[in-house]
Amino acid sequence: MSVLNSAPKFASNEGVLDALTSALGAHVISSSEEHGEIILTVKRESIEDVLRSLRDDHAYQQLVEIAGVDYPDRAERFEVVYMLLSLTKNHRVLVKVSTDEDTPVPTVTTLWPVAGWLEREVFDMYGVTFDGNTDLRRILTDYGFEGHPFRKDFPLTGYTELRYSEEEKRVVYEPVKLAQDFRSFDFTSPWEGADYVLPGDEKADVPPVDKPKVTEKPADTGAGKAADAKAAEGSKANPPAMDKKEEGK
Amino acid sequence: MSGLVQDSAPTTDGEEISNYTINFGPQHPAAHGVLRMVMELDGEIIERIDPHVGLLHRGTEKLIEYKTYLQALPYFDRLDYCSPLAQEYSYVLAIEKLLNVEVPERAQYLRVLFAELTRICNHMLNIGAHVMDVGAMTPNLWVFELREDCLNFFERASGARMHSAWFRPGGVHQDVPLKLLTDIGDWVDTRLPELFGDAMSLVQDNRIFKQRNVDIAVVSKEDAMAWGFSGPMIRAAGIPWDLRKSQPYDVYDRMDFEIPVGTNSDCYDRFMVRCEEVYQSARIIKQCLAEMPEGPIASDNKKVSPPKRAEMKQSMEALIHHFKLYTEGFHVPAGEVYVATESPKGEFGVYLVADGTNKPYRCKIRPTAFSHLQAMDFMSKGHMLPDATAILGAIDVVFGECDR
Repeated sequence: MSVLNSAPKFASNEGVLDALTSALGAHVISSSEEHGEIILTVKRESIEDVLRSLRDDHAYQQLVEIAGVDYPDRAERFEVVYMLLSLTKNHRVLVKVSTDEDTPVPTVTTLWPVAGWLEREVFDMYGVTFDGNTDLRRILTDYGFEGHPFRKDFPLTGYTELRYSEEEKRVVYEPVKLAQDFRSFDFTSPWEGADYVLPGDEKADVPPVDKPKVTEKPADTGAGKAADAKAAEGSKANPPAMDKKEEGK
Repeated sequence: MSGLVQDSAPTTDGEEISNYTINFGPQHPAAHGVLRMVMELDGEIIERIDPHVGLLHRGTEKLIEYKTYLQALPYFDRLDYCSPLAQEYSYVLAIEKLLNVEVPERAQYLRVLFAELTRICNHMLNIGAHVMDVGAMTPNLWVFELREDCLNFFERASGARMHSAWFRPGGVHQDVPLKLLTDIGDWVDTRLPELFGDAMSLVQDNRIFKQRNVDIAVVSKEDAMAWGFSGPMIRAAGIPWDLRKSQPYDVYDRMDFEIPVGTNSDCYDRFMVRCEEVYQSARIIKQCLAEMPEGPIASDNKKVSPPKRAEMKQSMEALIHHFKLYTEGFHVPAGEVYVATESPKGEFGVYLVADGTNKPYRCKIRPTAFSHLQAMDFMSKGHMLPDATAILGAIDVVFGECDR
């Protein structure tokens, strides 16, 4: 597929994937190149070795960012993604490891001091722990916050809200009270992608009746003298009285 | 007279003197928002700084997961509210990279033009705030006038002074009137160099300003790379690294501009790099205005960019597209990309994970200030307390972006 978009163009990916996978050898679990991004999934235990090798042997000098992603359906639900940048080769590469709530990921603060806060953020948001990070405090959430807000099972509204209490003269924490239910609209097209039964669709599964209804003879239609007579009886109700004043106008 | 000179070192009469710890912020005019720094001081010398960030954390990344791609766009204006369009830029480019849509040339020029105008607008704020942090009042008021002009241009293009939401996946929201382009041209030719030049003539060679900034927070090239510096911070360290040049997006590869670098890597260099960037941005703006072609301003892919109002009155199909785009939104093919652009403050990146639906599965925002602020401790160590404000001013930190 030809590249039509005008997103940032860095040095060509050609051959980089093969070179990196062969250089890293057994550390690599899988590797891919999609949408112009090179992604290496590596073993969790060897992330420090992999990144050291990428930094020292392959000139990826900068650790730009560490991102956490939560996939609750997986056995190891969290992914930690390291974005590396080479200033000399003008190239980017993404390195991934996966982990769960209990298994720590080895820290890379030994390689880049900038990893300190980036790991703290992933810990704060997802609860992923980093083995060897000596300062793994919460960073973005409130003092005394509980839980890890970016997990997919953490509600968007959270559990507590705070306000200034005039009586107590301080900020108080209270359980979230919503004046209106949280509205999450499903805008996905019912024609594709709906994972529920659309109203009316349940009829499609009803088995066919034994004796189908037909209108081959006039009697089958329900029309005839009896129906005419019933119609001629008319309505018993009186028509509404007209307002004289209204009429005079 | 000799009686006043002490013969021996001052003693404390057995009193034990310990370092004291103070809170800098969160309510402090030089904290540039809501930064709280716990400082350990030995007299007036900074021993250790522990910045506490997150006081402006709004969970933007989580909110984005609950919105369609288009609904999530305005959140980017509210990250770094001093350079809104620069943040949108990374996001729309990330979506376009996943969708692989082509953006018409005029839209590319318009985006580059307004991204550079945003850069000037941002630097006006930072330069003004920086000089005020170290004690000068007048230049700030002057450059704020230029900032006001920029905001007026944004308003004329998008209807909003700050939160424009004007860049859209596939192009821009609306075309601009010709008069706006000619006015920007006049402004860049006359008012900007005059007023900015006047303001900077008060500062750049000012003895007090130099005393407060030169040789403050010197960072080596190696440190700048290890601490994840980007933008003017890494350029001041002498590394000629600019994403507009090295990883060009849109029509930046056609632009002729230079990248200023520092020699000494101190606060003064960071300031001067920004000053020069203003002139380089002005050059880019002039080129954009000169080369801007006529034509459409949004992609012709009807599944991504909405139809024109007039079309909707005539065509049933256009009406359906409009309805679908503004309720369901477009679906983005599954995949993940990391797209970073050169925002005025440095590398602003968006790591977008799409799962094939109309909402992002994960949108990680890479703020510029986060890594810079982390280096605050090592940059300030051994400096005086008042230097902390100069260092902070030279970082150019905005908390909407840092805390997200």
